[in-house]
Amino acid sequence: MSPDQSTPIKENQGLVAFQLSKAFGENSVLQDVSLIFQRGKVHAVIGENGAGKSTLMKILGGYQLPSSGTLALDGKLLHFTGPKEAEALGIVLVHQEILLAPHLTVAENIFLGRELRIGPFVDDEAMNAKASALLSNLGSNLDPRARVENLTIANRQIAQIARALSGHHDFIIFDEPTAALTPVESEAVFTVIQNLKNQNCGIIYISHKLDEVKRLADTVSVLRDGKLVAQQPAKKLKAVDMAHLMVGRELGALYPPKVIRTNSEVALQVENLIVPPSLSSANFVLHKGEILGFAGLIGAGRTELFEGLLGLRPATGRVSLGNKFNSVFSSVAAAAKAGLAYVTEDRKGKGLLLNLELTPNLTLSTLQQFTNAGFIQHRLESAALDIAFSRYDIRARSRDMDAGRLSGGNQQKLLLAKTLQADPSIIIIDEPTRGVDIGAKKQIYELIAKLAQSGKSIIVISSEMPELIGLCHRIVVMHRGQLVGTLVGSDINERKIVTLATGTEKQAA
Amino acid sequence: MNFTFKNQFSLKHAAPFIALIGLILLGSLVNPHFLSYSNLIQNVATRSSFIAIIAIGATFVMAGGGLDLSVGSMAAFTAGTMILFLKANEQGAGAGIIALSMLLALAVGLACGLFNGLVITLGRIEPFIATLGSMVILRSLFTYLANGGSLSISPALKDIYAPVYEGSFLGVPIPLLAILGVGAVAAVLLYKTPFGRHVIAVGSNEDVARYSGVSLSRVKVLTYMIQGLCVGVAVILYVPRLGSANSATGLYWELQAITAVVVGGTLLKGGQGHVWGTIAGAFFLEIIGNILTLSNVNVYLIGAVQGVIIIIAMLIQRGINRR
Repeated sequence: MSPDQSTPIKENQGLVAFQLSKAFGENSVLQDVSLIFQRGKVHAVIGENGAGKSTLMKILGGYQLPSSGTLALDGKLLHFTGPKEAEALGIVLVHQEILLAPHLTVAENIFLGRELRIGPFVDDEAMNAKASALLSNLGSNLDPRARVENLTIANRQIAQIARALSGHHDFIIFDEPTAALTPVESEAVFTVIQNLKNQNCGIIYISHKLDEVKRLADTVSVLRDGKLVAQQPAKKLKAVDMAHLMVGRELGALYPPKVIRTNSEVALQVENLIVPPSLSSANFVLHKGEILGFAGLIGAGRTELFEGLLGLRPATGRVSLGNKFNSVFSSVAAAAKAGLAYVTEDRKGKGLLLNLELTPNLTLSTLQQFTNAGFIQHRLESAALDIAFSRYDIRARSRDMDAGRLSGGNQQKLLLAKTLQADPSIIIIDEPTRGVDIGAKKQIYELIAKLAQSGKSIIVISSEMPELIGLCHRIVVMHRGQLVGTLVGSDINERKIVTLATGTEKQAA
Repeated sequence: MNFTFKNQFSLKHAAPFIALIGLILLGSLVNPHFLSYSNLIQNVATRSSFIAIIAIGATFVMAGGGLDLSVGSMAAFTAGTMILFLKANEQGAGAGIIALSMLLALAVGLACGLFNGLVITLGRIEPFIATLGSMVILRSLFTYLANGGSLSISPALKDIYAPVYEGSFLGVPIPLLAILGVGAVAAVLLYKTPFGRHVIAVGSNEDVARYSGVSLSRVKVLTYMIQGLCVGVAVILYVPRLGSANSATGLYWELQAITAVVVGGTLLKGGQGHVWGTIAGAFFLEIIGNILTLSNVNVYLIGAVQGVIIIIAMLIQRGINRR
């Protein structure tokens, strides 16, 4: 390395990445990226899926070695061979997935694998006390004796952060810490980050949620196709500017224009639906060609409502598809026969067979379409995959790859393709764009609008309010297992949704 | 078949067959008699038929994420009822009675499989525990039927029945034909029908299958019934061999069947199934024993050597899967 190249490393305090590149075979995922992370600052790194964010984080956290380039901490060169070395220097990665043992307590999880001991015995008292101090330091009053399985998702996230920070921490990398949280629940995570910043830690923050980035970050760096394309103070950027930088082109409006509905024919009417213990008596109507939103906090009973309706959990109630009322569907298959389809929020756990190829995933719910005299025709399946590739713009490296190796956005498109294969007339989509990058998001919104225009009736359950506001004709808001209001027209705004969803105000029926 | 054969994993799929060929080469080096028709086809292939056919059934159960520990006891119980039926109709019995007893064996196997399947699905009991229970029940029922000893058919009846095990067609022993026939039907069922795809889906991720409209109970019960049916077929071949059943009948067959399935490349955790690999796995186990016998290894040590070879085979397979 020539002397002039080493100057930025020598001169800068903080964590410095200099001309980092990473390639897997011929596939280059990170090219010549140089960044400086400072203590006491929140530095957001944004980019679409596949832009190289996670590779950069893994290099910083010691999980991967760069193909070329240098890392330095306060002018000292770093050569990690594993995450343990990075952690010893105080560089900690907080993973996106929650990796906790559900049956253990918060404190037991925090100290898992490095339990405090008295002789050969674990010292629960000391661990609880230390965990309690750690949590209050983060601004949380979580009980260290609480079992993780009984915690809300938000508190699990806090416990996970506490576990990551139980050792020496100086620079903390957050990989989409609010991906599974509603806006209200995210506040707790923001408090933690604010506290850490005040304690002069350097924060490296990855998120798809640009309004969060805008709010938290001091500096924003944008990656696109493995290259650093912009770095600016967060003050100067609006969320829409960030989106443009990430995509590299004018994105246009994220949401397609709302088409005014003229058809008032009822597509689905639900009466007195009860799903114990999550939902007490729900009544609502869905019209033909309508996009109906369901808003609410996690735990409000939105997912449970529809899983009950489709026979995925025990429920009672009456359902009509425009003519006569029947009891709730006995199974997904029965619902599918009636033209109802449900796209789960949990695409990895309940939506796709991650260890199987794309074709068996695409055709799993509709295998009868692909049989001749009872035998599966692989030719027909293969043709269906071709159609799905082009119709939903699914980008796969190869046809034979496992579904689990697709990016989040492409997995979501495959899941939608699988569901639409049955040509349902009523489509219930739970969190249509969770963990999906902005380009794929836009495509999914356009797809939903197009489906509604073609006469299909759609229910969108979402924790992202802008998504509901941008897409839906009407929004039903739920709070603690009850439908507390329906918003139409100019009433559709964040303030109204939040007041209803948090139970601050109940709409007059 | 784009679904079962991925290009990137071709080595993984070929592994059991490569192992089998390697073992056959080794055997031919150890003893010149090994490769002969009378040893490899008439002896080894025929003797492996019980385990091979039962293991084909186990491939369905395990591909669907289940496990059946009761197959050995089920074989003994089925053989017991079959022999008792033949004994009860011994007077002037002929091929007709034997054919009827075969149907009975299939029916008993199916019923046992149905029982296992219902206990597991309706009773929501872990397959390991449920089939551990039926393993003990069926073994005890057999011992009761045999009054603690053995059950045999008359020599005259055995002579009529014997060709089913000892006979051959165009030089191919009937048991080997049975393996190939059951294997062909099983392969079509697993790879070419919606039911087979559903088995893979259930074994891969039950939630995904359920959310996709697949009936978990139906699929699981059917896999245990297929397993029972395969046990019935195996018993049909087993009874004419000695004409009797005793306390050693079916002993450890469940372990051998599971081993054949796993050596054949099907994972214990489910989500995939390899019918032909399973058959190769069953041959593999039988050939190890055969080679050891031919090389005059102390009979008491054969089990230990077999075990070591199986573990080595699995370690190699694991190395291949990791790549």
